[in-house]
Amino acid sequence: MKILVCISNVPDTTTKIKLSADSKSVDTSGIQWVINPWDELALTRALELKETTGGAIEKVTVATVGTAEVEPTLRKALAIGADDAFRVDINPQDAYQVAAELTGLIKANPYDIILCGIESSDYNGSAVGGMLAELLGIASVSSVSSLSVVNGEVQLTREIDGGKETMVSSLPFTAIVQKGISLEPRIPSMRGIMTARAKPLQVVPSFGTESLTLISGFKLPAPKAACHIVDGENVKDLIRLLHEEAKVI
Amino acid sequence: MSILVYIENREGKFHKGAFELVSYAARIAKDTNTTVVALSIGEITKEEMSRAGTYGASKVITVNVPRLTALDNAAYTSVIEQAVSLEAATVVVLASGFTGKAIAPRLSARLKAGLVPAAVTVPVSYNPFVIRKKTFNGKALAEIQVNTAIKIITLNPNSFGLHEMPVSSEIVEFQPAFSERDFGTKVLSTDKQVGKVLLTEADIVVSGGRGMKGPENWGPIEELAGLLGAATSCSRPVADEGWRSHTEHVGQTGKVIAPILYFALGISGAIQHVAGVSSSKVIVAVNKDPEAPIFSVADYGIVGDVQKVLPELIDAVKAFKANA
Ligand SMILES: Cc1cc2nc3c(=O)[nH]c(=O)nc-3n(C[C@H](O)[C@H](O)[C@H](O)COP(=O)(O)OP(=O)(O)OC[C@H]3O[C@@H](n4cnc5c(N)ncnc54)[C@H](O)[C@@H]3O)c2cc1C
Repeated sequence: MKILVCISNVPDTTTKIKLSADSKSVDTSGIQWVINPWDELALTRALELKETTGGAIEKVTVATVGTAEVEPTLRKALAIGADDAFRVDINPQDAYQVAAELTGLIKANPYDIILCGIESSDYNGSAVGGMLAELLGIASVSSVSSLSVVNGEVQLTREIDGGKETMVSSLPFTAIVQKGISLEPRIPSMRGIMTARAKPLQVVPSFGTESLTLISGFKLPAPKAACHIVDGENVKDLIRLLHEEAKVI
Repeated sequence: MSILVYIENREGKFHKGAFELVSYAARIAKDTNTTVVALSIGEITKEEMSRAGTYGASKVITVNVPRLTALDNAAYTSVIEQAVSLEAATVVVLASGFTGKAIAPRLSARLKAGLVPAAVTVPVSYNPFVIRKKTFNGKALAEIQVNTAIKIITLNPNSFGLHEMPVSSEIVEFQPAFSERDFGTKVLSTDKQVGKVLLTEADIVVSGGRGMKGPENWGPIEELAGLLGAATSCSRPVADEGWRSHTEHVGQTGKVIAPILYFALGISGAIQHVAGVSSSKVIVAVNKDPEAPIFSVADYGIVGDVQKVLPELIDAVKAFKANA
């Protein structure tokens, strides 16, 4: 079996977001880019599966859709342990375009298991995995919190409202993964960083896809009013304020 | 033309979140001079279905097929796709929750209909069609313009509210057709608690952090939550330590919630934690450290020892409820 992990290149969570002068885009200067945290856990799980299933998983590939600037993130994924990488060379306009480009890539290079994170921490869309599965015409399972491969069969757990379900899926399929898929993301070892340089990173031209939406502008949220500190000796007052002023109870 | 809203039926009942979605759809329908059709999958009584009419659904479609008992993303997508064409829907609204996140992207790709995921407003303009959503974990709002004939929106819970708009609603049963490629997945077992307030949908959430000192101190949190009809949650280290179940972990790497009222008890307010709760309408923090970052995002705060403040908070809520 082959696993593909779709990687999104996102600003580190602690980044302060600034807008360009015309508010049409985010000012990317000074941003530190990282592998989207969910994708990093997905990659970690893919590598764990490869190591523990006695050869059932022959290869773990990572792919991203983006221009040359995102390559350090892909190299990091290789350093963590992915075998090879693809970058589809286009600056995508929306999640649909990312999914459509990945579809082109996957049609030319098929995989059995495709892993996507539940959302990317930039546009918080939760969209690429499902769109990709649909465009490929394969099954998808969302909110996956555990994934194993037993005798060539994929077993999953997904988190549902108020509980969880264990399930199986036909192959190939897309798992959209969340908390629990792996406990801690792997960090690249020194050796990993060295070998990553020699691993194949193929740049593929765009498949000529279109987007369905665009971002017409950004706004920063209104600054929050200062916290109203209530005297700890008068907790009743807090409840009164929540009722009378905030009107939330 | 119509606005189609997919509302979840839980054990035969619609919850507040379903009615919020209908209210939201009714607002779009009013602005665009059309009507709301609600779609529900699973067994449900006519009486319960007609409740969607209170919030503006002039038609409620019910699909009751045993194969749809468990969610299969592709099969559910097929059902909604058929309802879209049946009702000539121009806008499809779903909740940005477990089911909506599973289906909406597939539907978007199938219909080539632009998706606005996790929207927080009604359209700010209809021509072009633009809606705001949070991006960068709440640090910026983006205006998403949808350029396709059909638009799909998933709405963040608690971002529109309930607005009654009673209409008489027609109830219709629908028998969808399925294709070979539907049902690629199979559920083997389900382990589900029913009757508990869902963390992702709760109006009020009482959350504890490492400042609670240990799992033995969660009794008062449960009690306060019980009094307020709230769900409980926790910070990541609390789940990592095993003090509470992982399902309660909120934040960047846990659940993202948007209650009307969030209590952060003994939580420092690290940016990764705040990423999961910043959409709360009102945040109340109790922390012994006046410099704790949680106070910069909180609306109300008490500086003090949570072990001392919490019992007083419980008494104050009891007194408030007795007088209400
Ligand atoms: C990649 C990454 C992802 C992360 N994701 C998440 C996430 O999803 N969710 C999350 O929560 N964290 C996440 N974290 C961890 C986060 O950075 C913080 O470490 C964590 O939120 C702190 O939890 P806490 O506030 O409970 O504990 P602490 O930081 O230990 O804070 C405890 C607070 O309790 C107060 N306190 C102590 N005793 C008392 C008392 N008796 N009475 C009142 N107050 C008291 C202290 O003043 C302190 O402010 C993530 C970190 C990383 C690096």
